[in-house]
Amino acid sequence: MKKLTGIIISLLLLFAMQAQAKLVIEITEGVEGALPIAVVPFQWMGDAATPPPEAVGKIIAADLQRSGYFKTLEEVQMLNRPSAMTEVDFRDWRALRQDNLVIGRIEPNGPGGYKVRFQLFDVYQGEQLIGYSFSTTAKDLRAIAHHIADLVYETLTGTKGAFATRIAYVVSQGSAKSPTISLRIADSDGHGAQTIVSSKEPLMSPAWSPDGRKLAYVSFENGRPSIWIQEVFTGKREKITSFKGINGAPAWSPDGHYLAMALSKDGNPDIYIMDLSRRKLRRLVRHWAIETEPSWSPDGRTLLFTSDRGGSPQIYQVSVTGGDVKRLTFENKYNARASYAPDGKSITLITRVGSQYRIGVLDLGTGSITVLTDGRLDESPSFAPNGSMIIYATRYKGKGVLAAVSTDGRVKQRLALQSGDVRDPVWSPYYK
Amino acid sequence: MKKTMVLLLTLVFSMALLSGCTSTGGPQDGEGAGTQVGDGSGAGGADTSAAGGGGAWTGSPLEDPNSPLYEKVVYFDFDTAEIRPEYVPTLRAHAEYLVNSPAARLVIEGHCDERGSREYNIALGERRAEAVKRFLEAEGVSPVQLETVSYGEERPVDLGHNEEAWAKNRRGELVYQ
Repeated sequence: MKKLTGIIISLLLLFAMQAQAKLVIEITEGVEGALPIAVVPFQWMGDAATPPPEAVGKIIAADLQRSGYFKTLEEVQMLNRPSAMTEVDFRDWRALRQDNLVIGRIEPNGPGGYKVRFQLFDVYQGEQLIGYSFSTTAKDLRAIAHHIADLVYETLTGTKGAFATRIAYVVSQGSAKSPTISLRIADSDGHGAQTIVSSKEPLMSPAWSPDGRKLAYVSFENGRPSIWIQEVFTGKREKITSFKGINGAPAWSPDGHYLAMALSKDGNPDIYIMDLSRRKLRRLVRHWAIETEPSWSPDGRTLLFTSDRGGSPQIYQVSVTGGDVKRLTFENKYNARASYAPDGKSITLITRVGSQYRIGVLDLGTGSITVLTDGRLDESPSFAPNGSMIIYATRYKGKGVLAAVSTDGRVKQRLALQSGDVRDPVWSPYYK
Repeated sequence: MKKTMVLLLTLVFSMALLSGCTSTGGPQDGEGAGTQVGDGSGAGGADTSAAGGGGAWTGSPLEDPNSPLYEKVVYFDFDTAEIRPEYVPTLRAHAEYLVNSPAARLVIEGHCDERGSREYNIALGERRAEAVKRFLEAEGVSPVQLETVSYGEERPVDLGHNEEAWAKNRRGELVYQ
């Protein structure tokens, strides 16, 4: 790991040109033996005076670099910049010790339109692995770039990419006494951050609907917590619960029909499930202790939750139909905020190691927890939809920042907002 | 606003007593349509107003630095909701005040330090607020006068990240309406 310092420095991704409130991503640890890949800047075939608004090749390279599984070649080291296969001399790229090569072109395609084509090559075999062409507009150029990065990632790693996804998170900005709290969404690389709701009162616990089109969240805007559901693209929103006491920890069922939540209306926080179409509520877990933070298994059959019924917060599992409750965590005195990996074989959680709160993964097969992070106040872990990484909140230089770690703990990246305190991240599902 | 609050509180309290009988009259498990209409959201229930509670006082003892009622914060140990003995006199004074001022209304806020999970801290903060509420009720305060809300770790008074800051943030606040 120490060897990596050199890599780490070269892996700083500088998106600092746009002064917007957005996330800057920095790889703090990379993987030894990352695959060398060259992504040639895509050539603009139209009028040189009106180039496309996004550097598609750069976005792709940044995505691949950020995953930690690739080491991208710096532009200055490229001997030439082909944009079609006829211009590629594989010997050049072999000399640069590149395993793979991505080239592409952007052509004008009607008013405001673009055609983006790209090819991925195996440098040593000298052959094309994939090649596609897309029609798009200026607004969606970044999305197309992320999509291409996903295709490259999947072709070369065998795992579906998660670059064309989003994250939701909460930012606190302004004076310490009276901050403004905003719920934001951004692309998985931190670009295109948009505030979807803001308030002088706390906002917390965003949760994506399984189609990625809605967010449930908790807002204290009326002086008491309520659960809201908001359509991400229209901004239309609706208050779902505002019972006496806690209205918290919303979690969508995988089919999107139900919302699990923590309510204390009947005395102390228990787990409830609401049928969203009929607005009917069912208590799933009833106990005198604290029960909160429900999370559904990918097959929708079981839920995890946090309970301190054993004297300290630990993770428990229950069938969606109720019944017996099974304790899952026995290591460490504090385990909370658990959620399943997309394959359902492990869960991520907050676990206390000594006096430090860190992100761990519990292997449901072996029952043991692997600690992935080394922070002091790490919280709110959430899996990327391909299961490759976990996003979480941590502290860096006195501020709340977002970070991500690969599920095996080998790749770490920090997403640092330029101002404000960032927290409560959650990774979107794939868009449907 | 105040009237609807009292009504709401009474309703909520009787609901708690009857355990599950709602206006829809459904069975225990099928209760409670989620979206509430006209719950007085406009005014913002957490805003404290300058007008005092009882009305009989000129210069409320709540604002008198020499009164035990001036103290309106109690602190908690890590991960517990137990009321520490040093706060018993303060809470007794507030209980007495509330008993003698039946029109006074108190919101008890529960707060936590920043460590661990945010939603678990919301639950822990509620447990703290409820512990204060139960204490006051045991001292004879009518439940109608009391309400709790938990902010978990969302509203720290000290933004530091050390034991000293955390100790200040693990608190119950008495907010007269």
